[in-house]
Amino acid sequence: MIDSLLVPLLKIAVLLNAVLVTVTFLVLMERKVIAWAQSRLGPMRVGPHGILQALADPIKLILKEDITPARADPWVFTLAPIMSLVPALVVFSVIPFGFDPLYYISDINVGLLFIVAVTSIGVYGIILGGWASNSKYPLLSSLRASAQLISYEIAITITLVSMILTAGTLNLLGIVEAQRDGGVWFAFVQPVALMLVFIGGLAETNRMPFDLPEAETELTGGFHTEYSGMRFSLFFLAEYANIIVISAVVAIMFFGGWMAPFPNVSAFSFFQVIPGWIWFVWKIFLVLYVFIWLRATLPRYRYDQLMNLGWKVLIPIALVNLVVTGIAKVVF
Amino acid sequence: MLEPLVFYTLAVLIVALGILVITARSAVHSVLFLVGDFLLIAALYVTLNAEFLAVIQIMVYAGGIVVLYLFVVMLVSLKHAPELHADSRRLGVIGMGLALVVLVELVAIAYVSSTRSAGATVARTEQSFPVGVQGGNTEELGWVLYTDYLIPFELASMLLLVAMVGAIVLAKRSL
Repeated sequence: MIDSLLVPLLKIAVLLNAVLVTVTFLVLMERKVIAWAQSRLGPMRVGPHGILQALADPIKLILKEDITPARADPWVFTLAPIMSLVPALVVFSVIPFGFDPLYYISDINVGLLFIVAVTSIGVYGIILGGWASNSKYPLLSSLRASAQLISYEIAITITLVSMILTAGTLNLLGIVEAQRDGGVWFAFVQPVALMLVFIGGLAETNRMPFDLPEAETELTGGFHTEYSGMRFSLFFLAEYANIIVISAVVAIMFFGGWMAPFPNVSAFSFFQVIPGWIWFVWKIFLVLYVFIWLRATLPRYRYDQLMNLGWKVLIPIALVNLVVTGIAKVVF
Repeated sequence: MLEPLVFYTLAVLIVALGILVITARSAVHSVLFLVGDFLLIAALYVTLNAEFLAVIQIMVYAGGIVVLYLFVVMLVSLKHAPELHADSRRLGVIGMGLALVVLVELVAIAYVSSTRSAGATVARTEQSFPVGVQGGNTEELGWVLYTDYLIPFELASMLLLVAMVGAIVLAKRSL
């Protein structure tokens, strides 16, 4: 009883706290990296080199007044941020940080599909947030966001099918094990799929250069314009939690998850000294760094360009990649 | 002990949400209750060890189709129902008719599956899969779909394709 109930609960508590703390520091990391990219210093006032800014920001958000617009739909207005954050956190229940059962909460056979399914629920938070505010710009923004999410989800899902073909399993542990058995990261087997999932992931999480739902110059603040205080910060948390999820999925599917580089080569066995979960977290942060780097580098797409890219470029490439993977699977 | 408890809790919640779907005043609220209903039905699939079906249920219905419902409801935002739908007697007749059709179908399915000998199905299922398949019911579903039910499966996909082409033709008058 204790083992089947208490241990998972403890793991969930540890993981949730780890994710939420990571998010606060991820915001700081983002501000610092962008500042350096633009030859600025970034936050410097709170703590040494602004490190305590990560604590000051959440405190500020919690202390702010929580306003519900007069003509908003109060139930849906409250439900929207919850529906945004909960799926983003639920996904972490299937992400393995190591092969030992200690390092994951649950190991289900349809792990990869579970992630796709649960993240697709997150779109409700955005649509409902925009609708419930009863305000023009948030509604427009939420329509944009949901059209974007649905379009890019198709490309990502088709690409994931070709990854499932390559690995021969939907199980996330199995995918990492397949990379160990094959002796090569899937990033080198399926480079096109890596590009597709990464670009699709940028669009799914509304990141630059696809952050049209939050285009300040056209839509004031985006679908959460009318939100303030803690409810706004739930949207904020959800966005960053989703970025971490995408990074974790990329790290598991393409970069060998928790495995040290060259797990089968004895000359590189000194890599094994570092525990697996540290390798995994490190890989996640490398992907996160690329996310931030792109934000500092690329300008925003126009809306029609975004839709063209999704439907006329990414989906056809994903389909061709799937057919090629299938043929390769039969031939070899 | 635990399994019936879970089932009846889920069943009561599903029926309750179903009633809320048709009684909610606001169309958006109604769609939201529908999402909740689909998620609970997915939970029901999990209790039947059909994880793949549960995940597909969430992905296709909760995450896809209902999002499109929500789009339509938000954009149209009906203040008054069209006259055709305002006639409650007419709606009642149609509703009863549809309910009757579904009931007959359910009884027929229950009758057919109870008369078919359960042992034969299991034996046939066991021999058609290679020994030591680890994928669980995802792999089994794939086997059945692409061997025993290949033609219905392909027909269903043709039907979807035709519907898709039809939607494009209707939406775009000049191509």
